[in-house]
Amino acid sequence: MSPSETEKNPAVTEDGDYLPGTHPDLPPPVFSRGPIGWIRANLFGSATDAALTLLAAYALYSVIPFLVDWMFVDAAFEGESRKDCRAVAEGACWAFIGNRLSLFIYGFYPEPERWRVDLSFVLLILAIVPVLYDGMPQRGKAVIYSYLYPFIAAWLLVGGFGLEYVPTDQFGGLMLNIVIGVTGIAFSLPIGVVLALGRQSNLPIVRILCVTFIEIIRGVPLITLLFVAAVMLSYFVPPGTNFDLLVRVLIMVTLFASGYMAEVIRGGLQAIPNGQYEAADAMGLTYWKSMRLVVLPQALKISIPGIVNTFIALYKDTTLVIVIGRLDILGIGNSSLADTKWQGLSTEVYIFVALFFFFSCFSMSRYSLWLEKKLHTGH
Amino acid sequence: MTTAEKLAGEMRDDREPNILLRMWRNKDTRSVILQILTMALLFAFLAYIINNAVLNLAILGKTFSFEFLSFPASYDINQRLIEYTSQSTHFRAMLVGILNTALVAFFGIITATIVGFLFGIIRLSNNWIASHIVYCIIEFTRNVPVLLHILLMHGIIVHVLPSPRQAHSLADSIFLSNRGLTIPDPIIGEGLSYTVIAFFTAVGIIIAFAKWARKVRDESGKIYPVFWISVGILFGLPYLVFLLSGSPLSWEVPKLGRFNLKGGITMIPEFLALWLALSLYTSVFIAEIVRAGILAISKGQWEASQAVGLQRNRILQLVVIPQALRVIIPPLTSQYLNLTKNSSLAIAIGYMDIVATIGGISMMQTGKEMESMILVLSIYLCFSLVISAFMNWYNKRIKLVER
Repeated sequence: MSPSETEKNPAVTEDGDYLPGTHPDLPPPVFSRGPIGWIRANLFGSATDAALTLLAAYALYSVIPFLVDWMFVDAAFEGESRKDCRAVAEGACWAFIGNRLSLFIYGFYPEPERWRVDLSFVLLILAIVPVLYDGMPQRGKAVIYSYLYPFIAAWLLVGGFGLEYVPTDQFGGLMLNIVIGVTGIAFSLPIGVVLALGRQSNLPIVRILCVTFIEIIRGVPLITLLFVAAVMLSYFVPPGTNFDLLVRVLIMVTLFASGYMAEVIRGGLQAIPNGQYEAADAMGLTYWKSMRLVVLPQALKISIPGIVNTFIALYKDTTLVIVIGRLDILGIGNSSLADTKWQGLSTEVYIFVALFFFFSCFSMSRYSLWLEKKLHTGH
Repeated sequence: MTTAEKLAGEMRDDREPNILLRMWRNKDTRSVILQILTMALLFAFLAYIINNAVLNLAILGKTFSFEFLSFPASYDINQRLIEYTSQSTHFRAMLVGILNTALVAFFGIITATIVGFLFGIIRLSNNWIASHIVYCIIEFTRNVPVLLHILLMHGIIVHVLPSPRQAHSLADSIFLSNRGLTIPDPIIGEGLSYTVIAFFTAVGIIIAFAKWARKVRDESGKIYPVFWISVGILFGLPYLVFLLSGSPLSWEVPKLGRFNLKGGITMIPEFLALWLALSLYTSVFIAEIVRAGILAISKGQWEASQAVGLQRNRILQLVVIPQALRVIIPPLTSQYLNLTKNSSLAIAIGYMDIVATIGGISMMQTGKEMESMILVLSIYLCFSLVISAFMNWYNKRIKLVER
């Protein structure tokens, strides 16, 4: 292009500027695009940002190499005592965990009967699938099995009817967490729904009862309720009745979780517009039918994140049985610290248990996010 | 007979002859019947369990009374805010426990709020690395049981920190060791009361100044830097009076003894572990609440504020935060309640709170399970009611005034 042609370009004014809207496309300056642009925008946007970035980078630099070294590079994975570990490496002594793994999982469950625990874990997974995955063929029938699962598992674990009886004080470890967690989750949802409906009820006495119950449950810590289960509940049954401690704990945990569940579901119920209730009435549905067919399906859908959060909280709270002398996975870890062969390994044990809880709870919350997105039909 | 009359006659004949069934089918009478039935069932249940309790107590030869509260407790408590010896009564032990719970809850709530707001804001910042670090901290912390946090923190303090002789020290006056955190103990000299008076005067001046500044702002649009002036008054005035009255405050600095640190105030490891663990655990929940609260403010609010020419920090202070607080306060309340309730896990590491004193050792010693548990439950209910009443009051104060 010759200079004379540029001069003739009508889009350019006398002094070489472009007229508005006629500027040819140029790429953005190199500092505001690509990796450099990204770094400028996201790491060094302002003076505070830059300081924060440097601080964070320093923190990562001082923590991560140390952690990797301690957990993997300089760690001992095999050995029979802490001395063996120290002979090999200065860092973490994972041999301890490997050594005690069966105790962490089964607690004191008698060794020849442990297949029953394994079987109930497998059945649990089979029971969870139809609940979580709604694209499953024959889901309706499979869900019936899920409803029956708690009873099947109870029979498998406790015994009787042809299986050898295992007293519940031999339950422990991960298995105890799962027993308490699954029971609490399975029974607190229906009780929570009933309590939430009762709180919204038109019958004043029912309403007052439900409100009192929910507020008392939510006003006290779970640990005091566990103490109540351990020392006080047996006063309230007829003299001479033997009332298993685990059953008492399960009752208290379920009641505790249902108090929270009720509040979550109440939130869902309140979010349903009045028109839905009125429309269901106008259709001539009875109270229970209108709830079952119209209100609850919508209310439960809204409350899914809250429900899953309650489940996660309940699952984490199963560790509290330690205070009434039952050894769950954390309790087993805590009590095996007293072994003279393995003294001083508290950090390893706590990190192992923490990672276990992290992975189970984190996957639950991811599932809830996925479900939320899937059920969000956009209104 | 017309069809209508015929129909009416048939309907009359079809009326349910059984009066009970007829009442059941009427909505109003049915609700009365249902409630009477509920009450009857409830009373029957209560009567049944109370009867069982009376029988069980009689069999064990126990009585139901709170007399044991005036008996000597004869056990020691490792942290006491009021005077307490092993000769004191169970009631006194309970008071010590209540104060210990209140102490850890108070400090925990303050720390958790500060850290939580900080985390929440960093999580929203444009800084990729900082927000992702905070994200990892939040996800890891909240997916691990709080009991585990407490035990881990206690384990680190007791096993990893050095003994008092090798304690980490800051300027030779604050010491961190496996016996806890030791800080200098203030010794109050004569005339400190003037400083205290000056402090309260400063608070009064600030309140009056803030009101006046608000009035000026509403009338003339002139904005004073209320925050910085307030901070200046709050610290400046008492400090001036403090200097004028001859600095009547000295510090008893902890000294290294043969085995332990002497002097100063020591926060015992149990308190430290509980405080730090509860603060961290609660703060990540608060961070998520704060984040959600700020995100709940629609973009239009930001744009409108920019359109009227406000600066970024003014937008935050005058437009976004006041609205976000309305979203934040209710869930924040339940986090405060959770922290207070979670402090009952103190028993796992031997911090003597309500559950460990009256619901633990006192109960074991006296065998008064029923009475102790009732006391513990009602104390926690009171704590919950007080916190939620306060937060409800605050919530009402900042609520949107709709016309």
